[in-house]
Amino acid sequence: MFLTIGTTGTPERPATDLGFLLHKHPDKAQAFSTSYGTAHVLYPEADEQRCTAALLLEVDAVALVRRGKGKGRGGAPDAALAQYVNDRPYAASSLLAVALSGVFSSAMRGVCRARPELPEQARPLRVEVPALPARGGPELVTRLFEPLGWTVTAERVPLDTAFPEWGDSRYVRLVLEAEALTLAEALRHLYVLLPVLDDAKHYWVAPDEVDKLLRAGEGWLPGHPEQKLITSRYLSRRWSLTRQAMERLELVRLAEADDSEVEEIDNAVEAETEDEEKPTPLAVQRREAILAELRAAGAARVLDLGCGQGQLVQALLKDPAYTEIVGVDVSMRALTIASRRLKLDRMGERQASRVQLVQGSLAYTDRRLKGYDAAVLSEVIEHLDLPRLPALEYAVFGAARPRTVLVTTPNVEYNVRWETLPAGHVRHGDHRFEWTREEFRAWAAAVAARHGYDVEFRPVGPDDPEVGPPTQMAVFTMSTGTDTEKEAKAA
Amino acid sequence: MTESTAQGRVLPVTDLSLVVLVGASGSGKSTFARRHFKPTEVLSSDFCRGLVSDDENDQSATRDAFDVLHHIAGKRLAAGRRTVVDATSVQSEARKQLIDLARQYDVLPIAIVLDVPEEVCAERNAVRTDRADMPRRVIQRHIRELRRSLRHLEREGFRKVHVLRGVEEIENATIRTEKRFNDLTHLTGPFDIIGDIHGCSAELEALLGKLGYVDGVHPEGRTAVFVGDLVDRGPDSPGVLRRVMAMVKSGNALCVPGNHENKFGRHLRGRKVQHTHGLAETIAQMEGESEEFLREVREFIDGLVSHYVLDGGKLVVCHAGLPEKYHGRTSGRVRSHALYGETTGETDEFGLPVRYPWAEDYRGRAAVVYGHTPVPEATWLNNTICLDTGAVFGGKLTALRWPERQLVDVPAERVWYEPVKPLRSEAPGGHDGRPLDLADVHGRRVVETRHAGRVAVREENAAAALEVMSRFAIDPRLLPYLPPTMAPTATSHVDSYLEHPAEAFASYAQDGVERVVCEEKHMGSRAVALVCRDAETARKRFGAGGTSRSSAAGSGGGPTGSLYTRTGRPFFDDQAVTEEILGRLRSAVGEAGLWEALDTDWLLLDAELMPWSLKASGLLRSQYAAVGAASGAVLPAALTALEGAAARGVDVTGLLDRQRERAADAAAFTAAYRRYCWTTEGLDGVRLAPFQILAVQGRSLAGLPHDEQLALLDRLVEHDPTGLLQTTRRLYVDTGDPESVRAGVDWWLEMTGRGGEGMVVKPLGALVRSPEGRLVQPGIKCRGREYLRIIYGPEYTRPDNLARLRQRFLNHKRSLAIREYALGLEALDRLAEGEPLWRVHEAVFGVLALESEPVDPRL
Repeated sequence: MFLTIGTTGTPERPATDLGFLLHKHPDKAQAFSTSYGTAHVLYPEADEQRCTAALLLEVDAVALVRRGKGKGRGGAPDAALAQYVNDRPYAASSLLAVALSGVFSSAMRGVCRARPELPEQARPLRVEVPALPARGGPELVTRLFEPLGWTVTAERVPLDTAFPEWGDSRYVRLVLEAEALTLAEALRHLYVLLPVLDDAKHYWVAPDEVDKLLRAGEGWLPGHPEQKLITSRYLSRRWSLTRQAMERLELVRLAEADDSEVEEIDNAVEAETEDEEKPTPLAVQRREAILAELRAAGAARVLDLGCGQGQLVQALLKDPAYTEIVGVDVSMRALTIASRRLKLDRMGERQASRVQLVQGSLAYTDRRLKGYDAAVLSEVIEHLDLPRLPALEYAVFGAARPRTVLVTTPNVEYNVRWETLPAGHVRHGDHRFEWTREEFRAWAAAVAARHGYDVEFRPVGPDDPEVGPPTQMAVFTMSTGTDTEKEAKAA
Repeated sequence: MTESTAQGRVLPVTDLSLVVLVGASGSGKSTFARRHFKPTEVLSSDFCRGLVSDDENDQSATRDAFDVLHHIAGKRLAAGRRTVVDATSVQSEARKQLIDLARQYDVLPIAIVLDVPEEVCAERNAVRTDRADMPRRVIQRHIRELRRSLRHLEREGFRKVHVLRGVEEIENATIRTEKRFNDLTHLTGPFDIIGDIHGCSAELEALLGKLGYVDGVHPEGRTAVFVGDLVDRGPDSPGVLRRVMAMVKSGNALCVPGNHENKFGRHLRGRKVQHTHGLAETIAQMEGESEEFLREVREFIDGLVSHYVLDGGKLVVCHAGLPEKYHGRTSGRVRSHALYGETTGETDEFGLPVRYPWAEDYRGRAAVVYGHTPVPEATWLNNTICLDTGAVFGGKLTALRWPERQLVDVPAERVWYEPVKPLRSEAPGGHDGRPLDLADVHGRRVVETRHAGRVAVREENAAAALEVMSRFAIDPRLLPYLPPTMAPTATSHVDSYLEHPAEAFASYAQDGVERVVCEEKHMGSRAVALVCRDAETARKRFGAGGTSRSSAAGSGGGPTGSLYTRTGRPFFDDQAVTEEILGRLRSAVGEAGLWEALDTDWLLLDAELMPWSLKASGLLRSQYAAVGAASGAVLPAALTALEGAAARGVDVTGLLDRQRERAADAAAFTAAYRRYCWTTEGLDGVRLAPFQILAVQGRSLAGLPHDEQLALLDRLVEHDPTGLLQTTRRLYVDTGDPESVRAGVDWWLEMTGRGGEGMVVKPLGALVRSPEGRLVQPGIKCRGREYLRIIYGPEYTRPDNLARLRQRFLNHKRSLAIREYALGLEALDRLAEGEPLWRVHEAVFGVLALESEPVDPRL
């Protein structure tokens, strides 16, 4: 909500030219109203040698929350907006960038009617942003500003000095110094890079964001080494619009009820893979292995239990041998994305009649899942707390009882082969456990014995002689002989 | 079949039936239907034709019209509502469809024929503009078909056929609605329901004596209900029959038939039946009996009704169990189901039919009490109970007292008959019921609660709850309760306050609550603790740590309880830490003598776990501390700039003052959240403040007055030497006494002035209704002025902010609080009564689902 821009001068080129450039008189404090509060421009210092302008945005936090809210229902469109406790009044966020472009619009365009020659002149500049939210920290701040001719001083702000163990905040105290830049350049850098660094949830998404970016980035963005990051972060706001539309407000509320953040529980879909899936070779190998086993089992009616974003369902649809494909997931968001990926709403009736996506949970038995040829549990069991695994076991092997069940899960022994994975870490934040080959086999053998299945194991991915394959797969086949006999023995 | 009065004939029509009016076009069916039935009971084919084609006489729409008619009729019959079909129905094919429909829903098909001369029909049609051009031959055909049908109606399947001939008879006829024979909902007992006797006369007499009957009569007017299988196998079937028949005749008992009576009855009627399964013994024993007695027995058995619905629909008694859709229904299928039960079609290794485990699927509200399948112990499963405890096989004879739900039994004197196979070791479905099914929780649901009636859960809320319950919650068996949300006090208009206790006291006074307790509100995270005496108790009572079904994943000694958040998530990722806390709680409970005092070996505690930073550290860092850090970094710089400008003579006075206030507010905010944060090391620094014992074995304590609650909890805290447990400070206030109210306000001011979060005001009686019978809020929170900065932001206390924030809407939050409270109470009651897991879970899941309703999260 606050930044300063200063310059130094000489008798020939006095620093106070800054006033002309900004179209704001150094001896006055001026106020401008914006949609989120009042912006003030004032000069803490203004003489021939040094002149500094300060932009202070007084954000009206209450108005921010109450904007567009349904009466009494707390129906704010975005959960983050609904927070009265909010860093927006303090941090240099996109709100400040908007104020900047509003208050200094001619300066940003490089127009100065009184002194037309001034905007062209490069001069020494100093910008201070005392609280800049910066995802990526001082390192990224440096990477973004340095190529533009700035000398960057960026220090992390601690979260709370009373609790040093909490570490640093995401704010950076930023000082930019340049020997010769035009003011318009500096303003445009700030206008684009403040929101890029903030990279938080935003309050406005204009349809002409691309144009704005092109205009503000003219002359510096095309050659910037981080152009890709800048563009994608800047425009991610447009995508986040769709994300917000899909955000499960019900889940947001359940997270709030527990004093936690929605990301903690709405994590069934990884943000990175949301739009453009770049499948890792392992995921492809896993899918191939599953398809091969399903073919070998001669399955036509298949359950994909924990279908996630529907990649396997999509692959199954391509083979007419599969006459009925049911994707089941507990995450409504995953199902929404899967449905979009499959273009279910535009699919022909005949195709569509082969596939169903339903919300379900393997913590419960489910009548709808009875009587299928095969069920796939690909990378599912490790997302369950161990004490709840018996419920899944009963729901699948005891109640649904498909003829064939494929279970894949990471082989933890292989983790040492992942170069990027720190020792002792699981492969995914939500993995509640990862098993060794022996642990998996022991579990699978016990399940098979309890429920009347035979089980075999297959490696997926390169089978390392020492630590085995990255993914392990168990293929359960219902034992021949009467089903009930086995069940009775098991009981 | 019909009687007449002076005015005309009286046609008995069963209250739940499909009534088919049969008559030619113009015979006056619609008029007749209008006169005798409710408008909504009558479905007319003409009307349905209009629905699908905009023209009541469009014959090309007939097929679709009947589809609609049958569909609506089906919905009505499924819901147990009498339905009258107003169509010509003169053709047997048309009637067959309706008879099939009646059979599908197990209701009686009844035909009422209006036989009117052709002339009359033609005249009536002629005066109707829409039918004036109907050819005469159509009416002639109708009448011809009707006459031809008359003789066959009963054979077609109509259980009652009333034929009205001529205009006058039709005009004068009246309808008398009759109850079904199985509908005894008006009888409320109390009942003693007695299981399969099989000729065990001595055991029957002993049991009747134990139940308090003197010569077949109970001095307190109780009614015995026999579930059938009185005869066969045992030593004295005639003796049993004599006793039961006498009691039924004198109105001291009811009896439903068992499959053995059914077969014996067929034998008595001279039909050829195999003398197997103990029938030979009965026949031999009956040899010395008189013709007269044999006739009475035959008539008694012939008169038995397949099942009874009793006590306002809360109780269903039948021999072999009955799914809900058959309760109170009347058809051959229902009778056969009631007598024999459903089998899977398979036979077991003893050659006996395998029974379908219908009770596992049972979700009905009525308790179903039955027999038929011998079990060693009578146990409840999904609100059903089998009372056949194999008396004739040397087990015992069991009775169920209703509504007390108390079991009374006497042992068999000896093994009277060798069983073909040993008694099953468990009731059908297992002692602990079956695993949870998605149908228990998924989609839009309505949960019946005893304290607030029906509570609806919307589909999208259930979907969100399913996600959290499946992916993050602990094992549902150890999650028997979730705490309801709590409404804040009405918005205060006291200067600079948004919440103030005066409003809470006033609100309770208005609800007729005279005495309240103010309890210190601990600022931490809500925690529910299930504390069992040992792992064995947890396993036996809650089925924790693996059952016979699934003993996977080695769980060591197994959990001794649970400690979870308000959305059912575990507090600690490490089970060992949970066990450590449970261990301390357990030892305090033991030392305080609460196991004995409460006669239990487990208890469920509602509590607050501190510090807040323990559970909410993620939120603290990303939101609260972040605001502190950002404000701390920016405000000094802004102030310096403003002071610089001021020094240069620029007029920034107002702005500078505001920024100084801002800085002060931000500092107050940081100070506010810091109070609820401290560093913990293992369990060092962790505090647990229990404020209510929710339930113990066999009892919900939700209605125990708070002073008694707090006395028990004080004992608990006193006996914890580890410093984990913390007392809850309290003050009692009389809402009608200004002096006392002022003391309450001062207490709150003093407490919040020292940085306390605030207090919760509760009716002393805990579970209280207003004079109008509404459930009163179980608690109202009054949060401190400084604490509310964490909720409404650092600068909420500024007058213009306060003015806007005062326009908050509390009604939805209050309603939500009451609905969640009712579901929570329901979960506790179901838990206390030992209902199966799915019933408890249904209510618990409901609380979680409602928590995702859109309501202002700051309330």
